[in-house]
Amino acid sequence: MPMRKVMKGNEAAAWAAKLAKPKVVAAFPITPSTLVPEKISEFVADGEMDAEFIKVESEHSAISACVGASAAGVRAFTATASQGLALMHEVLFIAAGMRLPIVMAIGNRSLSAPINIWNDWQDTISERDTGWMQFYAENNQEALDLILIAFKVAEDERVLLPAMVGFDAFILTHTVEPVEIPDQEVVDEFLGEYVPKHAYFDPAKPITQGALGFPAHYMEARFTVWEAMENARQVIAEAFDEFEKKFGRRYHMIEEYKTDDAEIILLTMGSLAGTLKEFIDKKREEGLKIGAAKMTVYRPFPIEEFRALAKKAKVLAILEKDISFGIGGAVFADAGRALVNEKEKPILLDFIIGLGGRDVTFENLEDVVEISKKALDGEKVEEVNWIGLRKEIL
Amino acid sequence: MAENPFKADIEKVQKEYSEKMTTGAIVYIPGSSVVNKTGGWRVFMPKFDKDKCIRCFICYTLCPEPAIYLDEESYPVFDYDYCKGCGICANECPTKAIEMVRETK
Repeated sequence: MPMRKVMKGNEAAAWAAKLAKPKVVAAFPITPSTLVPEKISEFVADGEMDAEFIKVESEHSAISACVGASAAGVRAFTATASQGLALMHEVLFIAAGMRLPIVMAIGNRSLSAPINIWNDWQDTISERDTGWMQFYAENNQEALDLILIAFKVAEDERVLLPAMVGFDAFILTHTVEPVEIPDQEVVDEFLGEYVPKHAYFDPAKPITQGALGFPAHYMEARFTVWEAMENARQVIAEAFDEFEKKFGRRYHMIEEYKTDDAEIILLTMGSLAGTLKEFIDKKREEGLKIGAAKMTVYRPFPIEEFRALAKKAKVLAILEKDISFGIGGAVFADAGRALVNEKEKPILLDFIIGLGGRDVTFENLEDVVEISKKALDGEKVEEVNWIGLRKEIL
Repeated sequence: MAENPFKADIEKVQKEYSEKMTTGAIVYIPGSSVVNKTGGWRVFMPKFDKDKCIRCFICYTLCPEPAIYLDEESYPVFDYDYCKGCGICANECPTKAIEMVRETK
């Protein structure tokens, strides 16, 4: 029987790692790394988890150790956040290019300066082009489930790409919620054992990994990463189906909430989706045709699902906790890319919200709706809207 | 002129590599460092003057690649597929039989 426990997001991620049975967990024990490795080190010390726990001297080393472990042919896991993820940046490309199915839990946090340890998505958004798949969890249960799904997809032979699972710092990492911990046997059935076919360490069959790729080969090697990411769409859909069969919980690339007759749809990722659903209920009572959507998978970008969503709305407002300086929201830019050649498209609005752990209140969301209504009425609105900005101190 | 003794092997493996990209660009055939041509980024190349050569083998011994072979008469032969143009041979040659010249096409 699945066990129900009240736990923090950090612990949920650690439980997911325990259930996935990685052979190597490498982590740098400091705040940005979140408390996930701390809990895992407990599991290992108590003999509940049969993994090599490597304490390293930086996140750069943590991911490097994972690359080494994965290249040797075992399941590898790590967790980090914020500046720690930024320090891994260089190695993230290597993990993807070598097609190593490493899974990493990220307590989504802002980046310095100023120093800030609270929630936004700037850390993972900044790594969107590394070739890692990206999942975003709405709650602690999703943090656990998506890590299991991430392993399943990453290790599929059609994909073989690393994956990061983001769950909002503090909002999820440090608050408690009831979480269902699946049975080990069912997880074992779902994931199976990782049997490496392309990357392994075998003295009897020496191979070279991470070799030099001359101009004659580099482009083809990168194309295989692109191809794998395209394959991931199908594999993720299959994994969601199988997850539902085994565990009873359903996931979607883009989850829609009251969108069928909606004129205005608010799209977001992560924990903000929970707030949005409540807000939508309230606005529905007031008679507004409004809906919400949550993007669970950001890389690969769910282009078809997004186009289907966009067809339903007259105004599609994208709320995101990140900023790409000089253009606007990163998710917005991707959304625009997905719609650019569509004949019929909604008005797309770009909202920057909740950076650095600033609370997203219903008042903020009212502002979003006001601007969306204006756009719906044909009024001209700002191209990039910073919501909840304290203009009086600027 | 003496040829690289591994030439046949090199051509065989190079053919295999150019035909199929592996997952993760992994090299499954050992000894690929021998088959990948590494002379492509050279700026200076050694120019050899046979008349000055005393066949002391110092260039042959010190070439870090090694991209210098000896012909039947024990004169050095430079393999420009692998010579990176480091200039050690020219620097160490006691009779200045090797000169580094700028590479031109």
